[in-house]
Parts: sequence; C-alpha cells; structure tokens
Amino acid sequence: MTTTTATSPVLEATGVTMRFGGLTAVRGVDLTVNSGEIVGLIGPNGAGKTTFFNCLTGLYVPTEGRVAYKGTVLPPKPHLVTSAGIARTFQNIRLFANMTVLENVLVGRHTRTKEGLWSALLRGPGFRKAEAASRERAMELLEFIGLAHKADHLSRNLPYGEQRKLEIARAMASDPGLLLLDEPTAGMNPQETRATEELVFAIRDRGIAVLVIEHDMRFIFNLSDRVACLVQGQKLVEGTSDIVQNDERVIAAYLGTPFEGAPGSEEAAEVEAAEAAEAQGTTSTEGPAQ
Amino acid sequence: MATTETPKTTAQTTDTPRGLIALPQGIARVLIAVGAVGTIASTFMSWTYTSDFPGDLTYYGSPAGLQILALVAGALTLLYALTLWHVRGLNWLNPASAVAPVALAAASAFAVCWFSAIAIAVDLEGLIALDPGAYIAAIFSLAALLGALALPQPGDTPKSYLAKPENIPTAAKLPEWVERLVITAATAAALIVFAYGIGVDPDASETFLGYILLIVFGTWALFTAGLFDRISVLNARHKGFATSMAFLAAALFPFVENDEHNSNLGVNILVVATVALGLNIVVGLTGLLDLGYVAFLGVGAYAAALVSGSEFSRFSGVQFPFWAAMLTGMLASLVFGVLIGAPTLRLRGDYLAIVTLGFGEIFRITVNNLDGTSGPNITNGPNGISMIPDLEIFGFNFGTAHNIGSITIGRFANYFLLMLIITAIVVVVFTRAADSRIGRSWIAIREDETAATAMGINGFRVKLIAFALGASLAGLAGTVSAHVGYSVNPAPYQFAGSVPPNSAFLLAAVVLGGMGTVSGPILGATLLYLLPEKLGFLKEYQLFAFGIALVILMRFRPEGIIANRRRQLEFHDTGQLDIPESGLPDTTVGVTKAGA
Repeated sequence: MTTTTATSPVLEATGVTMRFGGLTAVRGVDLTVNSGEIVGLIGPNGAGKTTFFNCLTGLYVPTEGRVAYKGTVLPPKPHLVTSAGIARTFQNIRLFANMTVLENVLVGRHTRTKEGLWSALLRGPGFRKAEAASRERAMELLEFIGLAHKADHLSRNLPYGEQRKLEIARAMASDPGLLLLDEPTAGMNPQETRATEELVFAIRDRGIAVLVIEHDMRFIFNLSDRVACLVQGQKLVEGTSDIVQNDERVIAAYLGTPFEGAPGSEEAAEVEAAEAAEAQGTTSTEGPAQ
Repeated sequence: MATTETPKTTAQTTDTPRGLIALPQGIARVLIAVGAVGTIASTFMSWTYTSDFPGDLTYYGSPAGLQILALVAGALTLLYALTLWHVRGLNWLNPASAVAPVALAAASAFAVCWFSAIAIAVDLEGLIALDPGAYIAAIFSLAALLGALALPQPGDTPKSYLAKPENIPTAAKLPEWVERLVITAATAAALIVFAYGIGVDPDASETFLGYILLIVFGTWALFTAGLFDRISVLNARHKGFATSMAFLAAALFPFVENDEHNSNLGVNILVVATVALGLNIVVGLTGLLDLGYVAFLGVGAYAAALVSGSEFSRFSGVQFPFWAAMLTGMLASLVFGVLIGAPTLRLRGDYLAIVTLGFGEIFRITVNNLDGTSGPNITNGPNGISMIPDLEIFGFNFGTAHNIGSITIGRFANYFLLMLIITAIVVVVFTRAADSRIGRSWIAIREDETAATAMGINGFRVKLIAFALGASLAGLAGTVSAHVGYSVNPAPYQFAGSVPPNSAFLLAAVVLGGMGTVSGPILGATLLYLLPEKLGFLKEYQLFAFGIALVILMRFRPEGIIANRRRQLEFHDTGQLDIPESGLPDTTVGVTKAGA
C-alpha cells in the first residue's frame, strides 16, 4: 500500500491564510501530505499550527486558499471534512468524558454508518447488523491501541496516556485517509512517547497518512518523513528531518538570534572567541551562545 | 508495667469502633429490638382521644393512618435488628451486616412516631391530646434509635451511620425463576407503596408527611443495605421482564386504587411523566436546556381539541377519529418543534435557554390573542376550547364506565390505561433511540459539541432531530390530556406557575429524577405532582418548596434521585479492583474485648 500509492497526494493545502480581524494567524501556507507519509508540523508556541489544523478540518473557514483531500476541495464544515476522510485529535484531550471507552469509538464510526432514528426505533435486522459491525470494528480498534480490556470503563477514568490513545482510536474509527494529530505526546513521559511513536508507525502501516503537530523534537524528527516548520503563521522551511533540524532559521525561531548590543552579547562573544581559540577550525560565527 | 500497658490500652480504645452512645453492644442490640417491638405494639393502641386528627387514631386493636406507617417502620427496624444477630433467613436483608441500615430503619420509626406525636400535639390542644399509645410509640422508637446509635460507629464520623458501606458482597446467582420472582415481589411492593401514597386522603397532609418520612428513611435504609443495587442488577439481567412487570403493576393501579379521583391523579401523573420523558431526550440526552418545552404539550392539546368535534372549536364540524387526532397532535408539535428549533439550535448553552423560554411564552400569548378581536379567531382566546368529547376507539367510549369482572373501570381509569400505553410507547422510543447511533451522537454533543462535529456528527441536524422527537412526544401526550381534561386553555402552558404542566415543573421533574434515565423523570414527575396535591397546606408556597427541594437535592445528590448508568459507572469505576472482603470487624473487636 505504502509503495504503490506513495506519490499520490492525500492532502493539498495551497495558500491557506487565516485572519482574525487584523491578526493574520496563518499566512499563505502550502502543505502537501502524500499517502503513506508521516509529516510533522513544528513551530514555536503561537506560530499558528493549531489554527492551520482547524483550517484543514473545517473548524475555521480559511480567509484565503484552498484545502483539497485526494483532489477534491473540502467543504468548510467539520463533519463533512470527517466524512470525506480526514480525522483529527485535539491538543487538549476532548473525549466524551461520560461515555464508555467503547462508546467513544462508536461515535467515531458515525460517518461510516447510516442508521437514522427510524431504524433505531424499529430495530430491524439491518440495524442490528450495522450495530454489531460497528461494535466489532470498534473493538478491533481498541485491540489495536491496547485498550480492549477497558472497553466498559468511562473514558474520564482512564489515565492520561490512555486517554490520548483513545482519542486516536476514536479518530481512526472514521476510517480516515489522513489522520491529524495535535500534540499527541503532550504531557507524556519518555516511555509513553516511545509507545506513541510505535503507534503512529503502526497507523501509517495501515495505509493512513499522518500529519503531526508536536513540540517534542526528538519524537518528531524520529517519526516524520518530512517536517514543516511554521513561524508566525508562515512556513519557514520544509524538508526531511536533517534539513529542518540544521536549518539556522529554525534554530533562530526557537532560540532567538543574537542582535547587536544585546545584553550579554559581549560575554557571549568572549566565550565564543575562547572556544574558537580552543578548538581550531570552527566555521561558526553567529551560532547561538551555549 | 503501667507504662507498657498504657499505650496498649489507648491503642485498643482507638481501634475499637464505638457508638455515639456508650453502651455495650449486646445491650444496644436488645434495646433496638425492644424499641421496635414496643413501637409495633403501640400502633395497636389509641394515640389520641379524638377522631379530629386525620386518619382517626383512636381505636385500640386496629392501626390507622400514621399508625400503619409506624407499624411498617417498626417492623422494618425489628427485621434489621434481627439481622445483627444473623438470624437465619434474614441475612439477605442486610448482606454486609452493616450498621447503617439498622440506624436508618430505627430513624424511620423514630421520625414517624415523633412526627405523629408532635403533629397531634400541634393540631389539637397540646400534649394533653396524646393518649398513652402515642407516648409509648415515642419512647420506644426513641429507645430503638438510641440503641442504633450505640452500635459501633462504622466510619470516622457520625455521618457514617447514614452512609452505604463499601464492602457489600454481591448476591449469589439464583435460579432464573427465583430471580424473576424477586423482581415480581419488588414490583408488587413498589405498587403497594405507591398506591398507598396516592390513596392518602388529600386532607390528611399529616399522614402524607409521615408517609414521605417513612419512604425517605426506609428506602435509604434499604439502599445502604445494598438491596437497591441487587435489584437493579436483577433488573438489568432480566430487562424485558422487569419492564413488563413495571407496566403490569402500573396497569393494575386502577384496580388496586379503584377511585375516580385517584385515577384522575394517575392520568395526570402519567401525562406529565410522559412529557418529562420527552423533555429528557432534549435536556438529558442532548444537553439542550429547553425552557419552553411545555408549549409542545400545548400545541398537541390544541391540535387535538380543534379536531375533536367540540362545538367551541373553530372547526366544530370536524371530528377526527382517535388515531388521526393523535397523529394530528404529534405532527403539529413536530412542525412547531422544527420551526422553533431551526433558528434557535444554532445557539449554545444559556442563549438557547433564553430563546426557548421566549418561544414558549410566544406560544401562550399567541394562543391568547387568536380570539377574533386581537387576531383571527382560531383558539377562542383565553376562554379556550371546552366540551371536548370523549375519545372513542372501535366503539369503546372512554367516557363511560366499564365493568371488568366485579370491578368498575371509570372514565379516568379508562384514560389511565390509554395513557399508560402511550407512556410505554414513549419509554420504548426513548430507550431505543438512546441506545443507537443517533442516541450516541446526542450524548456526544452533550459531552463536547466541538469534538462531536469533528467526529463527523452534523450537530445541527442531530440536535434538530432530538428537538423534533421530544416535541412530537409531548404533542402525543397533549392530545390525550386535552380529552382527559374536557377543555384546553392557554393558562397552564407557561414557564412557571402553581399548576403542574409548566416548563419549570417539567424541567424540575427531569433534573430531580435523574437526567438521561427512563425511570428518573417518571419518578420526578410523580413526586412533584403528588406532593403539592397531597400537602394541601403548601398551596402558595409550592414554588418556594420546589426551589428548596431542588437546592437540597443539588447539594447532596447532583445526579438526581435515580443515577444514570454512566453516573453509576462513574462511582463504580473508582474501585476497579474488587475490594477483598474484609474480615468481620465486629467479631475481631469482640475477641480483643474478651481477651482484654
């Protein structure tokens, strides 16, 4: 699956711009996600990553630009985007707290089932069949993320890491072609982060393209085939992990650039000079003071 | 020697669970039993010399009114006292041998007896009005309560006398037919208790208050004993059987309480309960606060009245058959629901509440003004449409009394049975809708609308379905209520008022009973309808009493009287692991005491 369709783009966002009054949160961002690909989206806080996500999923209607999924332009309504095939998770977990784990996943099946009120009231064989199929699929997904044994628990009672996993399972229940993960490892310990990494790879292996927002650099650079960096609403750079990792503008965006007459710049220069003297042959002249 | 002994004894005293009242345990138990027996005996004596007091408590040998309640409370106390001795055959009453049910049963006897004595003294000319029987009841019930408080305190604070212990063993699996028998017995008991309450003379507010006291403490005692949990487990296991038993019991009501006034009460309760259940779809499942819901009941009632063939109807020549009238009522409410819902459901939370409140009032004011002078004459304005003829189905006239065997089923009893069928339909609609794709999306929207839309749920559409379904169910109930009450007029369809079908009342019924459950709103509506009916002295303080009751409930049991399955899970879930059965604390205490 990954090899056959590796080149076809799943998501094409071109010139997406989002303005809130005078504030331009996202400015002319282009982003393409190909099938079977994991793309990372990084950027400092307030760079517009989540706003961009919301533009992709129809929660916001972009002021300019177009978002296309597998060649068709997406309607600007969240539920239509989901039924088109893009599912998402949220930065701050938004599970249905008072529903059970299984029910949460079943809600995710909403777009892939059709039974309306009448069939629910009449309970014909079609309804039972569809319900059983939904349950089976949901249990399979819970098995996949390793929460099958907690299917009857209320989702609010799950530990944090499992809530994150459940959110992913719920999103996957809509059989998406593209999964958008908004900071899936926020607040996780290193073990949990590693487990999430494995999970994302496993999701990719199921033929689902993944777009991830993350602040954990090690996680994102391990995971992603490509990484794009947003700064102040604009895409600064896009490329493989190595390219982005070593891009000076990215480093500057995260750590800042020293400027003329900045407090401490003299000391920094001294240290630098000393270091340069110590280790001969260094080429760096403006790297940030360590 | 002394120094080594002192810490030991202090450790022992802190370990030994003590009662609030320092008495040896054996004496405490005997005290409870004697108190209970004395209370029971006292109910066979005269409590006051005059028959002026409601219920006539003057006879020796035959308990009446409050005495019957005291008798039941005393018997309950005695049974629970006996469970402390592990009497054979009674262990099921108190599986954990807990103190709390005993204390609460004793409290129920105490409350009923002392309330009666005080009520007699206040109503009549002071303490002199009390006969020896009343004194005996007061003394013995107090003794039982003191005995219960002398039992070892189960927890750290005196509050633990009232709390359900955590380590109640789960019931052993019984044969299928025994379980069904238990359900049947429990349903029959509930029917008897309910029929007794509804049968209390409306002038005998004292008796009804005593009844409430007994119900509150008695059910609380059974709850802390874990019996309610066991019954709900059984009900869940035999769901269909339990539901049909409940409806059978309700259908037996007109036969048990064969009185037109009480049947009328029953119909009205069923109407408000059904409407509350419809509102529960909107408020409890979908989480849309609708403050104008009663308008849909009004639309249904007016639609049915207009096509009923009443000569006051604008279309007096039109007389729809029963089924067509019902469909008309439902459809009218449905249309009205969609018309109101479509513009308002884009709002969330408080804004929706305010707008629905406004629309509810618009209905009433419009109906008031469609009288021929302020607007076209459709509804007859404030005079309403009266002389609505009785329903007729297949030649069966609901207005005439019918004999089944030796029992006469009167007009209201006929309507009661019809309304019961409608309630059953609404219950089926509610449960089936709730447990389906659409029901899950309602709940998802209630939990988090943004996340729900991100999961592909068309929020507006799904909310509109909930709104329309709720409206049409209310309309259905409205069609029957128009025929039961002979007439419709705009006055009752308001936001808040002293006469039951108003939005605030319905909402209170849902919240009080338990949002999102089937039995909750039914129970809530029953309580809220019955209390003012039976407690005549409340009259103009009704709304005030409502308010206080709601505040108290929200403080102590925010999930409502009947907790939703989800909420139950919520409490359940905290101890995922089965708590190992703790060794009997009572006996170990006994051993250390004996050893010391």
